[in-house]
Amino acid sequence: METVKLIIDNKEVEVAKGTTVLKAAHECGIEIPTLCYFSIDGMNIENKPGGCRVCVVEIEGRRNLAPACATDCENGMIVHTHSMRVINARRTVVELILSDHPADCLVCGKAGKCELQDLAQRLGIRAIPYQGEQSTYRKDMSPSILRDVDKCVMCRRCEMMCNRVQSVGALSAINRGFTSVVAPAFEMDLEKSPCTYCGQCVTACPTGALTEVDHTSKVIRALSDPTKTVIVQTAPAVRVALGEEFGIPAGTSVTGQMAAALRRLGFNAVFDTDFAADLTIMEEGTELLDRIGRFLKGDKTVKLPILTSCCPGWVNFFETNFTDLLDVPSTAKSPQQMFGAIAKTYYADKIGVKREDLVVVSIMPCLAKKYECQRDEFKVNDNPDVDIVLSTRELAGLIKQANIDFKNLAAEDFDTPLGESTGAGAIFGVTGGVIEAATRTAYEVFTGKKLEKVEFEAIRGLEGIRSAAIDFDGKLMVKIGIAHGLSNARKLLEDVRQGKSQFHAIEVMACPGGCIGGGGQPYSQGNNFETLKKRSAAIYAEDKGKKLRKSHENPYIKKLYEEFLGEPGGKKAHELLHTHYFDKSKKEIVID
Amino acid sequence: MAKLILSNDKIEKIKAICKSFNNEKGEVINVLHKVQGTLGYLPAEVQEVIAQELNVSLAHVYGIVTFYSFFSMTPKGEHPISICTGTACYVRGAEKVLDEFKRQLSIKVGETTPDGKFSINCLRCVGVCGLAPIVYVGDKAYGKMTPEIVKDVLAEYI
Repeated sequence: METVKLIIDNKEVEVAKGTTVLKAAHECGIEIPTLCYFSIDGMNIENKPGGCRVCVVEIEGRRNLAPACATDCENGMIVHTHSMRVINARRTVVELILSDHPADCLVCGKAGKCELQDLAQRLGIRAIPYQGEQSTYRKDMSPSILRDVDKCVMCRRCEMMCNRVQSVGALSAINRGFTSVVAPAFEMDLEKSPCTYCGQCVTACPTGALTEVDHTSKVIRALSDPTKTVIVQTAPAVRVALGEEFGIPAGTSVTGQMAAALRRLGFNAVFDTDFAADLTIMEEGTELLDRIGRFLKGDKTVKLPILTSCCPGWVNFFETNFTDLLDVPSTAKSPQQMFGAIAKTYYADKIGVKREDLVVVSIMPCLAKKYECQRDEFKVNDNPDVDIVLSTRELAGLIKQANIDFKNLAAEDFDTPLGESTGAGAIFGVTGGVIEAATRTAYEVFTGKKLEKVEFEAIRGLEGIRSAAIDFDGKLMVKIGIAHGLSNARKLLEDVRQGKSQFHAIEVMACPGGCIGGGGQPYSQGNNFETLKKRSAAIYAEDKGKKLRKSHENPYIKKLYEEFLGEPGGKKAHELLHTHYFDKSKKEIVID
Repeated sequence: MAKLILSNDKIEKIKAICKSFNNEKGEVINVLHKVQGTLGYLPAEVQEVIAQELNVSLAHVYGIVTFYSFFSMTPKGEHPISICTGTACYVRGAEKVLDEFKRQLSIKVGETTPDGKFSINCLRCVGVCGLAPIVYVGDKAYGKMTPEIVKDVLAEYI
């Protein structure tokens, strides 16, 4: 490897050729402040437009200050990252940004987690010396994401996520000069754009320009209403990230404390989406085996590969971009919606509460789930199966509001019957997890033999696109594809469209890393990839810690089929647990 | 702006232009340039067709259209007036000429008269600074313009 030697802040540094000054400084422990720069190193995700000039440094022999994020190291360079000239320039840059930024930090959704606020603090800015015009835009409220573009600093991190990582293309920088901003085409509402609500723009936004639509007050209202029975479900990825909001290191499972906290908040029953994930496997696994079975018998009409359908961002993506393939994905609802459908029928009957008096709250790592629960096909007489969705961040906020000492809570269990789950349900929260869970069940059902080793290491990992062939006891090699991040999904889908795909089944998660990297997870400024790896390890540890690790062994799932649903894939199961997809490509463009 | 429906004929024209650039993603600017040359302007529907043909997002196309002042989303007049406000023309009084056009026609830069006859645009340097300030009406150039003769120039087209 060719290297270059340079001096940064009097330290001799040797780095690989092509390393930026920013990275070289970081490697030797010198943190240069940044704003528009953003990276998830292990996933080849990087934004360095060199636009904000916050990371400028002084390089001896150069007339102008240079942006560290976009300047490669050269032999013999002498760099000063915090000379008085640099400090002055950096402060001026931030003061100018602040001069066109609302100062409503007291009530901003990003307060305390805002990179611009941190920067102003770090640079010791106590007044904004520049007074001038302020840009004002209307607020754009979609079912999941709130755009408050007054707070946009044109770092274009959201634009990079939306286009390069997700290939969604909802956002672009528009206009020029003072009026430039990141927006959908024709400044239309996000709701009318091709946005999938994956929320990756929100995770990347350094300020309060992009946040989730906050539904916390709705939950408080429901919990305060004595006529309502309020139950809650928590997605698998929430428990491995929620602790971060309370200063607990990333990768710590706080399952028991979370259940305890939800009970303290006053939920009548604390359930688990992992249960519904097990249920999803029963339905999706049955569908997979049915399609493969028909295919092996020579049925040419059967659609393969089957695509998973748990991820609402992904569903929105193919309903917009792959409308010719709407009959390819599994018809199984997502675990969240399966939970809602069962809660408002089976469970409501069991406890003798009317559908209208039962409020189902979801805690999700996801923003698209907020939209998903509002879809018309998931309502009965206008009453939704899932009433309110809170993100992991919103739940943390609610726990803090209620003054619950989260760190010191004694662990508690979920309630039965909708709180019991297997390790297969737990791994839904990480890329590859759904298909691994499905494989565990499909293997045993197909071969009639017991699966000795339940871990499919070949499926695991954080590579954007992965594939594996699983030997079903010599009778069948099941070929599996996995993609996370929608631009990766797009590649696999193009193959399906062209009839080139060799897979029997493909799992897709919209967010990099799967749900652990969802748009509703705690902001992990800085080392995102390390955080993802830790959350992923925690998910697999949850699985390992479970007595039962295959969905079809869940006793409460068995009971649910016996008492209520009948057969997996049967008539009642289809009515309650399956859905269909719509062509959403013709989103009307109306400009006033 | 009301929703326009593009005629098939126009859609085919746009598609043909895209095709002449091999439907390359990187040719958005060239395609927009040529389409504007053909249709006069770039309304939303036209951008939609271009985005589809080049397989890029509509937001991306719109971003480019709104970034470059050359591109316009409103139709130009039958006789588009382009006033050079490059450095040479500017110091020779282009702004006063521009103001006089605006006053005579009661429209601003980038707008079109209600009867659709005239529109005003500014451009930067057409390379004949010896004739500064220079104005184009359609393809016809008027060199060494003064505010006083603006009325006579317009009269040629009324």
